[in-house]
Amino acid sequence: MKVLGTAALLTVALALTACASTPTPASSSSGPVTVRLLTHDSFVLSTTLLNDFTTRTGITIEVVAVGDAGELVNRAVLSAGKPEGDLLFGVDNSLLSRAVSASVFDPYVSPEVRHVRPEIADSGNGIVTPIDDGDVCINIDKVWFDKRGLTPPKTLDDLAKPEYAGLLVTQNPATSSPGLAFMLATISKYGDSWREYWSKLRANGAIAVNGWTEAYTSEFSGAGNSGSRPLVVSYSSSPPAELIYAADPAKASVTTSTMTDGCYRQIEYAGVLAGAAHPDAAKAVIDWLLSPEVQSDVALSMFVFPARAGVSLPPEFVQYAPRPTNPEELPADEVGANQQQWLNDWTETFVS
Amino acid sequence: MRSRGLAVAPVSVVALFLLVPVIAVLIAGVRPDSLHVLSESRTWRVVGFTALQALLSTVVSVALALPATYALYRLRLRLRRLTLAVLTVPFVLPTVVVGLAFRALLPENLNGTLTAIILAHAFFNVGLVVRVVGGVWSRLDGRMQDVGRTLGMTPFNVFRRVTLPYLRPAILASTALVAMFTFTSFGVIMVLGSPAQPTIEVEIYRRTTQILDIPAAAGLALLQLVVVVVALIWSAALQRRTAMLMRQSSAPPLRASSTVDRLCVLWTYLLALALTLPVVALILRSLRAGDQWSLQRYQQIFAPSGGTTRDIDAFSIVTTSLRYAALATVLAVVLGVLGAMAVQLATRRGVTLEATLLLPLGVSAVTIGFGLLLVSIHGPVDLRGWSFLVPLGQALVAAPLVMMLLLPILRSIDPRLRYVASTLGAGPLKAWWAVDGRLIGRATVGAAGLACAVSLGEFGATAFLARVDEPTIPLQIVRLLGRPGEANFGSATALAVVLLTITAVVLTATDRGRKQW
Repeated sequence: MKVLGTAALLTVALALTACASTPTPASSSSGPVTVRLLTHDSFVLSTTLLNDFTTRTGITIEVVAVGDAGELVNRAVLSAGKPEGDLLFGVDNSLLSRAVSASVFDPYVSPEVRHVRPEIADSGNGIVTPIDDGDVCINIDKVWFDKRGLTPPKTLDDLAKPEYAGLLVTQNPATSSPGLAFMLATISKYGDSWREYWSKLRANGAIAVNGWTEAYTSEFSGAGNSGSRPLVVSYSSSPPAELIYAADPAKASVTTSTMTDGCYRQIEYAGVLAGAAHPDAAKAVIDWLLSPEVQSDVALSMFVFPARAGVSLPPEFVQYAPRPTNPEELPADEVGANQQQWLNDWTETFVS
Repeated sequence: MRSRGLAVAPVSVVALFLLVPVIAVLIAGVRPDSLHVLSESRTWRVVGFTALQALLSTVVSVALALPATYALYRLRLRLRRLTLAVLTVPFVLPTVVVGLAFRALLPENLNGTLTAIILAHAFFNVGLVVRVVGGVWSRLDGRMQDVGRTLGMTPFNVFRRVTLPYLRPAILASTALVAMFTFTSFGVIMVLGSPAQPTIEVEIYRRTTQILDIPAAAGLALLQLVVVVVALIWSAALQRRTAMLMRQSSAPPLRASSTVDRLCVLWTYLLALALTLPVVALILRSLRAGDQWSLQRYQQIFAPSGGTTRDIDAFSIVTTSLRYAALATVLAVVLGVLGAMAVQLATRRGVTLEATLLLPLGVSAVTIGFGLLLVSIHGPVDLRGWSFLVPLGQALVAAPLVMMLLLPILRSIDPRLRYVASTLGAGPLKAWWAVDGRLIGRATVGAAGLACAVSLGEFGATAFLARVDEPTIPLQIVRLLGRPGEANFGSATALAVVLLTITAVVLTATDRGRKQW
C-alpha cells in the first residue's frame, strides 16, 4: 500500500512539472501580433491613438493596468524573467534601480530618444527609454492664504516655521510615489541632516497620509476640496487640472499654485521586459510612445510633460504649470542602494 | 491493514496540498530578517487592531444571533425556512461584495471605521452562530427546564442555570469559528477598512505588493499562523472542559407565550430584514448614475464607450472567473472528499483529530496565497505566472469547507455496511464506492456548489496569485475601488451585482442535490 501512496505523490509531482513547463502561447514573428503593455492605474491614452497604431503596424496593444507605480514595479520584480507582459511603462527614476537590479528589463533605448529633451535623454542608463516627466511640488491653496492675508511659504525651510504650523499634508513615502519623491527632495536638499528637517516638520504639525488621492481630495483645502490644510504634496501639473476637469471650464479659475523650491523631478520610462514573447513588437511600441502624436496626448491625458523636445503644450500647462528651474534630483543608484534604509529612517522619525 | 493503506493515499495527497503553503510560510518566516518585523512597534499596533476588531465582531455576532436562535429552533415561527435562509446566505457571499454593499448602505462618515467593519462581520457570521448553536438547542431535552420551573426558578434563572450550561460548548465552538474568521478577515477590511488601520492580513498583502518586503510579510504570516493555532487549541480544550452529557430529544417547537418569547420572534424578523438591507442597497446603487436611475453602470462594464485604455471588459473577466472557479471546484471536491475520508479513517483508529481538523479552516486565504506565491518563486520549479496557481489557491480555501460538510455524513455511515460489501466479495475500493461513495454522492453536489461559490468570490489567495492580465471579478472590483471618481465606484457596484447573481445561480442549482439527501 505504501507503493500506492508513493505513486500518488509521483503522479501529482509529474502533473505539476508537466503543466508548469507548458510554454506560454508561442510567439510568431510574422503576421498580426498582440503585445501586452503593463502599466500603472494612472496610464491613459485615447483608443483612437492605439487603433491608428494597430492599423499602421499590425500590432495590437493590450493595456493591463496594475495599481500604482510601486505595485507595478514590485510585480515586475517578482516575475522577473517570466514577465506577465512584453513591455512596461511607468517605472520612474526612484523605482528604476530596484527594477534594474532585479533584471526586469532587456536593455533597449529607442532611436527616437535623439528627439528627447537633452536633460533627461540619457537618464535611462541605456536600459529603458524616457517617455515623460513631471515635478512633485508643494501645492498651495491661494484662496486660503489670501483670506488670511498670509504670505504663502516659498522654500522648504519655510514649511518648518511656526506661521505655517499644521498646514502641510504629505504622503507616506513607503506607500505613495509623490510621497517618496518629496522625501527624496528633502534628502537631496538637506543631505545628512534630512531627518532633522522631518523632525521639525513633525513638530510643526505636518501629517502624512497613505496616498495622493487621500491627501489631495480629503485633507487639502484647495481646488474645491473639503479638507482643512492649504499645503499639499502634489504635482506641478495639478493646478491646470482644476480647469481641465471643471464641469464648466469657461467659468472655472485656477485657485492653487506651486512652490518652486524643493520640487523633485520624476521621469517615467518604458522598457522591454526580459523574457518577453514579442520583444520586437514591444520595441516598436516604445518607439511609438515617443512619437509626436502620442507625446502631444500625454499632457492632457496623464498630466505629465512630454519627453520629446518641441512638442507644444496645452495652453493651461503653459500658463499654470511652470516648471521649476532647479528641481532636486538624486542619482538612481544612490536611491536604489539606500531607499529601504531611508524609508525605515523616515518611519522612525516621522511616525513612531 | 487494508484500511490503513487506504488512508495513506488520501492523507498524503491532502497533506501535500494543504500543507505546502503553510510549510513555505514556516520556512520563510523563521529567519532573522523575517522575525525582525516582530520588533517593530507598527506590527504590534496592527496585531492589536486585528484582535480588537475580531473580538468586537465576535461579541456582536453572537449577541445578535442568540435570541434569533432561540426563536428559530425552540419556537413555532411563521416563514421559518425563509428567515433561516436569509440569516445563513450571507456566510457564502463574496467578502468583497459584502464590503462594497456596506459602503453602499452606510453613510459616508462611517466608511473606514471600526463600526463598519464590525457590522459587516456580524452580517457574515450571524447565520453561522445560529446554525451551530441551533443544532444543539433544538435537541435539548425540554423536561430539564420544566423541572427548574417547578422548583420555582425564574425563567431567567432557568436559562442561566439550566439551558446555558448545555449550550455553552456550542456557543464556544461558534465563537471560536467567528473569532477565527474575523481575525483573518481580508476582503472586508480591504474594501471597508481605513488604510491607516490595517489588519495582519492586509499588512501581509501591503508588505508584499506595495513595499516588496517579502521577509517581513513572511514574519507576519508566521505570527498570524501561530495566533490562530494557539487559539484553536485553547478553544478545543475549553470546549472539552465545558462539554456536558446531554439527553437528546426532539422537543416540538412551542408557541411563543411570554413577552420574552414574543420579543425574540420580533428580533428574529427584524434581524432577517436588516440582513437584506446591504444587498438591496448595493443593487440600488448599481442602478444609479449621477442623480438618476439608469443601466449606465452595466453598460459601462459590458459595452464600454470611454474611448480610453481604462475601459474594462466584464465579459472576459466573468469568463476568467468561471474558468478558474470550475477548475477549483473539481480540485476542492477531490481534496475535500479525500480529506474527509482520511480523517474518518484516522478517527476510527482512535486518534482525536478535532483541532487538526479545524486547522485547514484556520489557515487563512492570505496565508495560502502568500505561501503558494513563495513556492512559485523559490520552489524547485519556477511556477511564477502559471495560471493554474489561482484555481489551486481557491481550491485550498474551499476544500476544508467541503471536508466539514462531508465528514458528518461519512461518520454517520454504519461500518457494518462496508463489512457486508466486503463479505460479498468487493475489494476495498469497490466496497468504499458501493457504500460511502453512493451515500456522499448527493451531498457532494451541494458541497461542490458551495466550493464553486467560495472560489468565485475568493479574494485573499487570488490577490497574490492572479496574473495581472487575468483578473477575477473580486480583483477587478477592488481595482476599480482604487481609482477615484463616482463612475469607477458605480462600475464596481455593477460588477458586484453580477458576481452576486452568478453566486446565487450556482448555489440554487446545487442546493437541490443537498436537499434531496
